[in-house]
Amino acid sequence: MSNTVPSSSGFWKRNQQTLAPFLFLAPGMLMFLIYVLVPIFESIWISFHDWDGLGAMTWIGFGNYAELMDDDSFYTSLYNNVIWLVLYLLSIPAGLAVALFLNQTVTGIRLYKSLFFFPFVISQVVVGLMFTWFYAPDFGLFAKLTEVLFGSQIAVLADERYVTYGIIVAGLWPQTAYCMILYLTGLNNINPEQVEAARMDGAKGLKLLWYVILPQLAPATFIAMVVTVIGSLRSFDLVSIMTAGGPYGSSQVLSYFMYEQALSEYGFRMGYGASIAVVLFLIMMVFISLFIVRMLAQERNA
Amino acid sequence: MFPTPIQKASPFAQTAYKILLPVALFLWLLPLIGVAITSVRPAGDLAAGNYFGIPSGFAGFENYSAVFNNSPIGYYILNSFKVTIPTVIGAVALSCLTGFALAVYKFKGNLVLFFMFVAGNFIPFQILMVPVRDMTLRAGLYDTTMGLVLFHVAFQTGFCTLFMRNFIKGLPFALIESARVEGVSEWRIFRYIVLPLMRPAIAALSVLIFTFVWNDYFWATVLVQGQHAMPVTAGLYSLNGQWVAAWHLVSAGSIVAALPPVAMFFLMQRHFIAGLTLGATKG
Repeated sequence: MSNTVPSSSGFWKRNQQTLAPFLFLAPGMLMFLIYVLVPIFESIWISFHDWDGLGAMTWIGFGNYAELMDDDSFYTSLYNNVIWLVLYLLSIPAGLAVALFLNQTVTGIRLYKSLFFFPFVISQVVVGLMFTWFYAPDFGLFAKLTEVLFGSQIAVLADERYVTYGIIVAGLWPQTAYCMILYLTGLNNINPEQVEAARMDGAKGLKLLWYVILPQLAPATFIAMVVTVIGSLRSFDLVSIMTAGGPYGSSQVLSYFMYEQALSEYGFRMGYGASIAVVLFLIMMVFISLFIVRMLAQERNA
Repeated sequence: MFPTPIQKASPFAQTAYKILLPVALFLWLLPLIGVAITSVRPAGDLAAGNYFGIPSGFAGFENYSAVFNNSPIGYYILNSFKVTIPTVIGAVALSCLTGFALAVYKFKGNLVLFFMFVAGNFIPFQILMVPVRDMTLRAGLYDTTMGLVLFHVAFQTGFCTLFMRNFIKGLPFALIESARVEGVSEWRIFRYIVLPLMRPAIAALSVLIFTFVWNDYFWATVLVQGQHAMPVTAGLYSLNGQWVAAWHLVSAGSIVAALPPVAMFFLMQRHFIAGLTLGATKG
């Protein structure tokens, strides 16, 4: 690089190490700034306006937020987000269970592990379509099953009581696969001497798992927590594909509610949509901050 | 090793495990198997109510050719490639640079910048939706694959930077030190010393980003409207609306849409898992 700027090479040589990081960072930073950082603040700004996306913006202060507080759909979405968050966490123990089941060395186990991981590689659109069909009334496998068990069919996706749970089950499928692969890698790197020593001391089964194995799996558990919490609050694809928030908005979540308000046939309410996005953002920032604090602590220790 | 190797268990337990494995796998993949079977089922089966029984014949060829001939799915797939491949190249290239900067240099605000990339990676898409859509419209990139590529490159740079930075941190720093003593310029250190060592990280990130971007549905619906730029995820959903109750076509379309990332996963499995489980082993 010093060949390309001969006139200032003296200056460049002296300051190369101070300037280099900023030159390396510039292109990536610029893109990130334009498409991620600035839009966050723009969204917050827009959320204080009434705006159809085309005409002029009208400042209405906290008007959108006040309206949100009176909107039943908002509370339904919020409530469903909580259900998503809590139930989605089940994918962590489920993933651990599958990983423990598969952590053996028998012929063909590698192929088994890959095939168990399969659901994560597939697009959520495809997962959503699969489960829609699985739940379909009259002919769906699940509907048939409920007919045999309870005498009458349960049309999961058309029933306000079950619809959110039905969608979450579809989401748990790939998420469990994700947690499984994290734990399989974690189990692979467990210190065998510690395990043997604990076995010598007579520890086995659940006790061994709880006191010796799980502490060593803490890094995997942490990452599983991060991706699961974030994934649950980001849930959009499955809701959109399977029910579009229905029936009667009962499977609405904040991410989909926002999209629907801002862009759907009900009209472009960009300001109102932005205020929903800000609420979701603030909720997620609580979790993101917790994760960052812990990652920062690790970074300082390293 | 935990749990105890099955070889140490009784012969009965060993046999039980070997039987349980395929059974568990079958149940686990049941939705997928159902779709795969339906995709080769003759249309007549569905009309006759034979949804889950044994297909009355093999109509795989008819169904798949119907999907390709009577719908724009081939076109959607092409669009997905047009979005995915430039994104992979762009995001990986940018993050090689940012990752290098954050891993190698000590400067004020290094950690702040790093954690800004990390946090950016976790935020909800909806907080970006309105401004990004508006910006894309104003730039004349709405409804183009380019509009999607630019956004995805920018957003994926967050995750990629996290990944690259941690990878470079794991390389021996002495290599860089000694090159500096020799008077090698910073750019040459990056280009000729660090970059060649980053190959495994580049491979891992490429497959991961390919899968993430291929499977994106949200931005495909926000930044694209018409058929000519629509990726296969959004395309499949709109076809689902047209093919009401034609589950054999929906299934065949789903399989087609899922195939490229699945193929990518099987071809580059080791890299894929290495990428995904980064950080799962060391605290």
